[in-house]
Amino acid sequence: MEAVCNQNFNNSDMESSYGIVEKQFFHIKDENFTLQCGEKLEYITIAYETFGTLNKKKNNAILVFHALTGDSHAAGFYKDSDEKPGWWNIVIGPGKAIDTDKYFVICSNILGGCMGSTGPSSTLPDKTTHYNMKFPVITVTDMVRCQKRLMDHLNIKQLLSTIGGSLGGMQAMEWSVRYPDMVKSVIPLATTMKHSALSIAFNEVARHAIKSDPKWNNGNYNDESKPDTGLSVARMIGHITYLSDESMREKFGRKLQNKKDISFTFDSQFQVESYLKYQGEKFVERFDANSFLYITKATDYFDLEMQYGNGSSVKAFSKAKAKFLVVSYSSDWLYPTYESKAIVKALKKNRLDVSFCEIESTLGHDAFLLYDNRLNKMLKGFLSSVYNGIKNEI
Amino acid sequence: MRFDLEIIASWIKTESTVLGLGCGEGDLLYYLKNKKKVKETGIEIKESKVALCIEKGLSVLQGDVNQEIEDYADNSFDYCILSQTLQQVYNPEGLFKEILRVGKRAIVSFPNFAHYKIRLQLLLAGKAPVSRELPYQWYDTPNIRILTLEDFKIFSNKIGFEIHNQAAIKPGDKSHEGKIVNFLPNLFATYGIYEIGN
Repeated sequence: MEAVCNQNFNNSDMESSYGIVEKQFFHIKDENFTLQCGEKLEYITIAYETFGTLNKKKNNAILVFHALTGDSHAAGFYKDSDEKPGWWNIVIGPGKAIDTDKYFVICSNILGGCMGSTGPSSTLPDKTTHYNMKFPVITVTDMVRCQKRLMDHLNIKQLLSTIGGSLGGMQAMEWSVRYPDMVKSVIPLATTMKHSALSIAFNEVARHAIKSDPKWNNGNYNDESKPDTGLSVARMIGHITYLSDESMREKFGRKLQNKKDISFTFDSQFQVESYLKYQGEKFVERFDANSFLYITKATDYFDLEMQYGNGSSVKAFSKAKAKFLVVSYSSDWLYPTYESKAIVKALKKNRLDVSFCEIESTLGHDAFLLYDNRLNKMLKGFLSSVYNGIKNEI
Repeated sequence: MRFDLEIIASWIKTESTVLGLGCGEGDLLYYLKNKKKVKETGIEIKESKVALCIEKGLSVLQGDVNQEIEDYADNSFDYCILSQTLQQVYNPEGLFKEILRVGKRAIVSFPNFAHYKIRLQLLLAGKAPVSRELPYQWYDTPNIRILTLEDFKIFSNKIGFEIHNQAAIKPGDKSHEGKIVNFLPNLFATYGIYEIGN
């Protein structure tokens, strides 16, 4: 669900990268903006970044969605001295799979996030205090509706493609059924139409870790005293679900960290223990605990079948018109291949144009964020064929 | 393009819809899409081949043909193509009923096991035949169904489908070369290609 950020990155990437990009902010003021939960959110800010140039016909726009803990910084750098590029720099850039010389790519931070868009850590319109747990419960639909407002603002009426993995894939699919006339193609990667009990269970344990931390204080914490312990445990749990038995065996096995023998203590001794601890600690520096609660809940509530098809996956896609490329990964145990195949089946039964590939990988759910030539080539070929099909339309 | 594929392509009407079962790397579908403006769908089980098809811009699904075909409604396609795939099908009878259900017509091609060189290998050497068309030893072959042009005719009566068009062929030395065999095809043709329908 989230960038591992241990991508093989070196200086040569800087040259082939998109270059410098600036985070922008779009403000919605609408007293009638009612969320799916029924509450209203009058003021919303959406942080977004764009890569490439919108052509004259405005038919080369691609909307990319980040996963659980990502942000609008999908590619490029904010400044020359940045150590790391955006989270999908391996896929988005000049000449890359999502070619910024050809396409205009937009990525925004989701509603409920903590990377520039309005979320629980934002201040209330009167600036008195932060929303914290008074923030309304948001859903994938709410996120998508904000993105639609952003497209209206950018004067984009047609999307060549909506692309995302995991929670990003949920948004990509929701676009195809909510705004079927706008979306020409959809690429859902490592995703699902609805969370399984397994996925909900992991999320609930993660949320429980946060809520059990005394410093969480019902969501009312400040920078000096944050529920770092709870959030880092939540991250550790999440991280396990993004890996796989195979990848953990290959990467860690039973190797010890800086030790020759086990010490019969409760310190972190196995490499996998220190790795998870490090991932947890690193995560609390950049992510808000309440945001984590809200976003994981949004993924649990997501149910495309129920919301758009009254329980029928076939009916859910009945309004969709787009061409689809569905990709799953063989070792993804969070959203296993059978869940992608269920999407494919529903699309087929609607006679929609769909391609599907299960990429053989040992890397687990996070595989979609790591460099894979097979995925890159498929994305490139698929997008070209969609673009060739529409570029001469008036 | 390969001679047998060229014959199949020549039978397919422009702008028709085609389902390629076991479409491999998608050479035929690519040709049909670009030269005959066909709306293509392919099914292929091997990940690397599926990836190559998608890379070419073809709409291809990874999966088992027997399972994937079930999702399509009756007469969803103008043609179902089973090119060089039949010899690897576990349940041909079931699959033929399916391709004739989802396709208005079907095109089927397979290597002819009654070719005289194959007959001679069995007769003279007494060994399981190995040929250019069926190049595997008995212990490592994926080809679990070996049939002849004559067998296919009998099969058509059993299942109850019509043969609308047929070509018995013998490819040349180069893959794009070949000729139609009219004289004793079951003895001299290495491949049979059939267009069938209900």
